[in-house]
Amino acid sequence: MVRYTGAEVQRMEDPRLLTGHGRYVDDIHLPGMLHGAFLRSSHAHARIRSIDTSAALALPGVHAVFTQADLAVPDVAQSMNQLYPAPVIHQDITQHPMATDEVCYVGQTVALVAADSRAIAEDALVLIDVDYEPLPAVVDCRTALADDAPMAHIGSENNMAGQLKSAFGDIDGAFAKADHVFTGSFMQHRGGCHSMETRGVLARDEPYGEGLTIWSSTQCPYLVRRALATHLGEPEDRVRIIAPDVGGGFGPKAGFYPEEIVIPVAARQLGRPLKWIEDRREHFTATTGQRDQQWDLEVACDKDGKMLGLRGVVIHENGAYMPYGALLPFTSVTPLPGSYAIPALDVRLDIAFTNTTPTTPVRGAGRPYGIYAVERMVETIARELQIDPAEVRRRNFVRADQMPYETGAKLRDGMPVRYDSGDYHACQEKALELADYAGFKARQDAARTQGRYLGIGVSACIEDTGVGPYEGTTVKIEPSGKIMVRTGAASQGQGHHTMIAQIVSDQLGVQPEDIMFEAADTGKFPQGVGTIGSRVTANVGPSSFDAAGQVRETVLKLAAETLEAAEQDLELEDGEVRVAGAPDLKVTLGELALKLAPMSGGKIPAGFSPSLEATSYLGSSGSPVASGSNVAEVEVDIGTGEVRVLRYSVAHDCGNMINPMMVDGQIIGGVVHGIGNALFERMIYDEQGQPLTTNYGEYLLPLASEMPHIDIVHQETPSPLNPLGVKGAGEGGTIPAAPAIVAAIENALADFGVVIDYYPVDPQYLTELIDAAGAQAAE
Amino acid sequence: MADKREITVTINGQAQTAEVETRTNLADFLRHELELTGTHVGCEHGVCGACTVLVDGAAVRSCLMLAVQADGHEVTSVEGLAAADGTLHPVQEAFWKNHGLQCGFCTPGMVISVAAFLKDNPNPTEADVRSAISGNICRCTGYQGIVAAALEAAETMRQEG
Amino acid sequence: MKPGPFTYHDPTSVDDAVALLAGHEDVKLLAGGQSLMPMLNMRFVVPDHVIDLNGVADMSGIADTGDALAIGAMTRQCDLASSEIVAARAPILREALSFVGHFQTRNRGTIGGSLCHLDPAAEQPTVAAAYDAELTIVGPEGTREVAFAEWPLAYMMANLAPDELLTQIRFPYWQEAHGAAFVEFARRHGDFAIIGVAALLAVEDGKITRASVAVGGADVQPLRLADVETMLVGAAPGDAVFAEAGAMARKIDAMSDAYVTTQYRQRLAGVLVERALAQAASRATGGE
Repeated sequence: MVRYTGAEVQRMEDPRLLTGHGRYVDDIHLPGMLHGAFLRSSHAHARIRSIDTSAALALPGVHAVFTQADLAVPDVAQSMNQLYPAPVIHQDITQHPMATDEVCYVGQTVALVAADSRAIAEDALVLIDVDYEPLPAVVDCRTALADDAPMAHIGSENNMAGQLKSAFGDIDGAFAKADHVFTGSFMQHRGGCHSMETRGVLARDEPYGEGLTIWSSTQCPYLVRRALATHLGEPEDRVRIIAPDVGGGFGPKAGFYPEEIVIPVAARQLGRPLKWIEDRREHFTATTGQRDQQWDLEVACDKDGKMLGLRGVVIHENGAYMPYGALLPFTSVTPLPGSYAIPALDVRLDIAFTNTTPTTPVRGAGRPYGIYAVERMVETIARELQIDPAEVRRRNFVRADQMPYETGAKLRDGMPVRYDSGDYHACQEKALELADYAGFKARQDAARTQGRYLGIGVSACIEDTGVGPYEGTTVKIEPSGKIMVRTGAASQGQGHHTMIAQIVSDQLGVQPEDIMFEAADTGKFPQGVGTIGSRVTANVGPSSFDAAGQVRETVLKLAAETLEAAEQDLELEDGEVRVAGAPDLKVTLGELALKLAPMSGGKIPAGFSPSLEATSYLGSSGSPVASGSNVAEVEVDIGTGEVRVLRYSVAHDCGNMINPMMVDGQIIGGVVHGIGNALFERMIYDEQGQPLTTNYGEYLLPLASEMPHIDIVHQETPSPLNPLGVKGAGEGGTIPAAPAIVAAIENALADFGVVIDYYPVDPQYLTELIDAAGAQAAE
Repeated sequence: MADKREITVTINGQAQTAEVETRTNLADFLRHELELTGTHVGCEHGVCGACTVLVDGAAVRSCLMLAVQADGHEVTSVEGLAAADGTLHPVQEAFWKNHGLQCGFCTPGMVISVAAFLKDNPNPTEADVRSAISGNICRCTGYQGIVAAALEAAETMRQEG
Repeated sequence: MKPGPFTYHDPTSVDDAVALLAGHEDVKLLAGGQSLMPMLNMRFVVPDHVIDLNGVADMSGIADTGDALAIGAMTRQCDLASSEIVAARAPILREALSFVGHFQTRNRGTIGGSLCHLDPAAEQPTVAAAYDAELTIVGPEGTREVAFAEWPLAYMMANLAPDELLTQIRFPYWQEAHGAAFVEFARRHGDFAIIGVAALLAVEDGKITRASVAVGGADVQPLRLADVETMLVGAAPGDAVFAEAGAMARKIDAMSDAYVTTQYRQRLAGVLVERALAQAASRATGGE
């Protein structure tokens, strides 16, 4: 009976977290534990002539100082492995766990101090003497590929890290027959991770040779295991990675970092547990994020604004190293052309090395860039042809009757991009209605009489979710009658325990409270992938559903034998199997579990295996594509340039929802992240590659005081790709937010003819645009 | 030699005496000396609010106070908010009901801040709440569930008197 | 991000504090700690000694002396914000405090700490500038008085010797019927302002009889706009004269840094001076 799936079940995780009983990496205290602090490069680019650690080592309380040369790994000269190799990468440059003879960004690991306390370790950092020979740095991706640009790496001939292209259809023909061709040139800047918990690693070399145990604030414990075991040349099963409670991930915790090698190796060499907790200042430069992309596009359309082709060039700021392949570049261009049926596309992306912190995906990965770009071109068409932007979208959306729809683009693995289901027209109408789009003109006019400038902006997005290949689940009924569920998927706050408990309790006729849950411990579940790309519900949903379904089948079969009844007469409810119409004929799940777990001399019923459990790796057969339309209503203070978001409406379609309350949480959190990108978050570097925003006074995260109330309406178009009909929901809030906000600002300032070519749109920049437009009008 | 002091602090109703290095801040003292790890450290420069605790009933950043300054004072951390029998504080209950948390990292500071704010402002508007929690950063929720929770907790607390 | 090692001192009297100051080199005074503690944590400052003023008697309190509001330097911002005396006699201070950080930081932060830290964009120094506040300094030689105009010496540097202590701030009352307003523009609630403006206007018989306009955040210290004040006195309050004041304020000396340009600071000064004056005038004549 479906009782919990689809219901707003209160989260199982919360009482523990609300009372201060979470367990994050820094909450774990091990006997004999030492504390680490890293010396990091203060230069964006420099040659290291020498490192003198003697004074640091002499400080009381310091146990060891490690440089790369001091690390006992099989090949100290070896740089870190490429996590996602791809043929589009021209220069596959990854960093060493700690720098050897060159540093290429501020924040790069140079040395580690292990001491009795973090404070003493930091005291010692000051005493390490590094002789740097500063080298020219390249910072701006727009000039990084020029012939006269400084090299980001000694020995490189250029800064082109790689190049890729998404192209299909007859692009030349599309532009040849177009009634109109419009251009767009804009820079996009997305900020960093800024999970409220920074990264952290605690490692212990188990004293009796059981291998290494590592607690890491990671989204991908199995990736960390693979990478670390490879580096150490040891079997994966000798490296146990545990992701305890993780205080937010948002992408940057999905990689494998230098600290995840250095801390375990140092702990082993010290013979003592060693903990390193990233401090917030480190987080700004040592944790990957996203930054700049420059887009130069042309769109071809007919006289009605129907798009025929889209072409152009993108330059992607990669940062100094490429730990994560070309995932950001791929996810930037493969979502093109978004929600629209455009027959021809030709977009090239150049990946530029810069002497800045490496970039890897942040909530949405490249999708927010790609969707923003195509939405910008839709806005351009609307403005140039004087057509309502919502109407331009109607004329171009992929229609529901075209589903499943292949855009023509190819995924990383060469498979076609296919939208499995959705109704983008209906979704937009829902958003427009929620936003009272029709009534906006009256609101705008009324405000204008008071000298206030209101604007409205629409955006639409698709999101390919649920990337495979699997994320497994084991469901086991314990002799106590409780259900133990294990999965590899790590949670950083999404509520996996609750989501899975809802699915499993429906399958097994128990309460969600009966589900015990363990996740993200490589010692407890054999294989997993990770929590990225809105993939867990679309992978763990099906695997938990399937594993629990298999257990249910076994339960019914075994109960039928036990109760001497026909399976079809059995009811599974309240943790018992009962014979319909004979309430006294029943057996509990715990009793059935015991039957399959006899001790010495006992007997397993014929046809059954020991332990009442099943494991499934069932996922989605392809990528379920979620979609959404957003409407932002803003007010611009033309005196100060301040933008206030007055109203924000979301229509979202992630297929069937397991827990609508948690889906709303994902969407709202995602929208606010996207508003942060659009208006606030900016990681600034100076021309020498020095970061200028390294604290929360300088780098502006969205606060409650500036964020709007967000209204949501859901459309549930089930995915045909998995038995639950679900799609991912983790990033669909973020992806369409910036284009909606920027369109709304332009709409508010339409009288001035302001066209925005950069985000985040800070008030100073906006006043410059207003003044420039005013000056132009005056001419 | 490290500068140390013996201090006695009443924490969640219990007097605790310990020797601390004077440079140790209150957050680290709670977390690492007393192993009360519910108080979280998110920025160590007083902006994120994750480390908020009550000192003599007033909400403060425990990363911006030395532990030695708490000598002789009363500190309430998130562990001390629920009743002795485990009954959640109305603010905690409302956070649970309104999906006011996801990863849980900002939550202790957020809950303490909301509880302190509501004590002095029993009948706030949504704007009041948003202003009050603007000193606590949450990256997960978009704040909406937290705002709803605060308003609901206010109502509960008004009814309970 | 932990402070470097220091020796901690916690005097209980002003005399003890002054004696400690005289007896040690490389000292930082710890008031509310809302600026110093982050700087210690980030090792922007690594003093050998920290003298904590939180246990010093007789350094906090709010008093109405008849002609001025006298505030102990260690008075916490939360106590100022909830003070009935402040609300009645210098409500602009309360208005300004609503922009200072967040309630959690105001529970520790002190007015004296802010005036000594002298962040160019901080609200309390801007109000002090508008009010021609008077400061009492205690040192080994005894007590001296400093007018706020003489207080900032340079960027974040107060007129305070290494062995001196700020103990009291006085805001002389305006005896005339007047209105005041503090407005600012910050990116987010509670952030340091980019520009903050404190304005006081006395209005009698439809004419401005006295004006004070101070702008924080434009230059390295709060600026009084003497030319604007002169222009205002004698004029009838109204949109046109306030717009003119705004236009004059737009020419203010303003700094630029990696985040904000001179032009934007000037623009904000103009916009906010105009808005602050309009609000102060409205309040002077009984409105809001």
